[in-house]
Amino acid sequence: MPLSRIVITGVGLTAPNGNTLAEFRRNLLNGVSGITTMEVRYMGRHPAGLCTFDPLKYQKKKDVRIGTRAGSISIYCAREALADAGVDLAARDRSRIGVYLGITEHGNVETENEVYNISQFKYDVKFWTHHHNPRTVANSPAGEVSLNLGTTGPAYTIGAACAAGNLGLIHATQMLRLGEVDFAIAGGVSESPQTFGIFAGFKSQNALAAHADPTKASRPFDKARNGIVISEGGAIYTLERFEDAQARGAKIYGEIAGYCVNSDATDYVLPNPERQAECVRKAIAHAGMTVEDIDLVNTHATSTPQGDIQECQAIAAVFRERSEPPAINNTKSFIGHAMGAAGALELAGNLPSFDDRVVHPTINVDELDPQCDIPGLVINQPRAVKRVDAILNNSFGMLGINSTLIIKRFRA
Amino acid sequence: MTKEECKKLVIDIISDIAPDEDLSDIKPEIRLREQLQLDSMDFLDIVMELRKRHGIEVPEADYMRLASLESCAEYLLPKFNAARA
Repeated sequence: MPLSRIVITGVGLTAPNGNTLAEFRRNLLNGVSGITTMEVRYMGRHPAGLCTFDPLKYQKKKDVRIGTRAGSISIYCAREALADAGVDLAARDRSRIGVYLGITEHGNVETENEVYNISQFKYDVKFWTHHHNPRTVANSPAGEVSLNLGTTGPAYTIGAACAAGNLGLIHATQMLRLGEVDFAIAGGVSESPQTFGIFAGFKSQNALAAHADPTKASRPFDKARNGIVISEGGAIYTLERFEDAQARGAKIYGEIAGYCVNSDATDYVLPNPERQAECVRKAIAHAGMTVEDIDLVNTHATSTPQGDIQECQAIAAVFRERSEPPAINNTKSFIGHAMGAAGALELAGNLPSFDDRVVHPTINVDELDPQCDIPGLVINQPRAVKRVDAILNNSFGMLGINSTLIIKRFRA
Repeated sequence: MTKEECKKLVIDIISDIAPDEDLSDIKPEIRLREQLQLDSMDFLDIVMELRKRHGIEVPEADYMRLASLESCAEYLLPKFNAARA
């Protein structure tokens, strides 16, 4: 039986440099970074990507108080995506709507806050909040969305380190194709800047970005790159089977062409370019495409000295047989590493390329690292290209999880 | 401390626990849950804030004493005064 065609019909997002797709895209084309600095508990000021959306647009103050930052980001993005898709939930069977959100981690923020709280009371646990458990269960952000929307279908998160944003979309595609749901709200979210532990962990790993100018701190492929800028954000999509979207006359952003998720099985932290290349190749094959069909590659590169080189090696290996390379860019140079949101946000920033055939650049490349100098890199200035019919989006994560998602131009 | 001062401290806590509610016209004799969107989890938060801010303990068996603003004041006033003594 042929697989259902799955299409994207709505986008809602919040990024450090934009609270709508239009604003985000405009800033990506104009070279506007969203990175600022924040006071990190115990650690002083560090570069970070923070979002400025208004949680009270879709939540009551009490729900913001009880819930989590990840929940507020998720609700904002989900509501924006539904509005963008023109979907009225009241007219739908809410038990047939699935919510699938990719997360790198969840619960660190809330646990750290409570440990800090009881530290102010001599570590007496009678001051530990009863909200801790519902805030820290792993399904929490998706559960907050279902509470806010009143959807009664499956709502859960997919834990996949920094590959998670892609996995939200991939999982939604699978559930729609299986007929488990009729409509999916899916993507990835991150509240990671609120946890000092992630900053401290990367610092101990010598992988935390530092720069006098925070907008220059995230600089993938640049010779002077020195680590990751930790960011929050979210990108959530509405996905539907093509026939359902067509029946209601939905606007269609693109079609899920293919994907792959695999594992390095080599190290807790260090990436494996062979498995990354294999992930990209398998995704292209899954899409029924060849390397010639890919027009735009959005890299995962996080601005770490070693990781960027390894991804460049993987991409160069996959596309070396092409006479003209695909355009290759990176979104983290603008927004830092939005962790569980990264894959989903970075895809969103590139979707408008189907319409304008412009590829946003990777910024902050003052001196290209020769080891990252692969054909096709779009550096510092946007590039107009002849064709954008297929976008390949890489997202990789710790414990060796790799994900590649390919979106193609929609053609009825 | 007077009863009115005690009520004001309770309202200060409720304004944080139920920030969407209009607290300008609470009827002291009427149960708080009949006037405001408060559930049992919110009462746990009120109990926690009394503990954190004022060092006052409210045993579970006494939760019903927090039903109205008036009953709060009657029950909590001696505790506030004891805590401040």
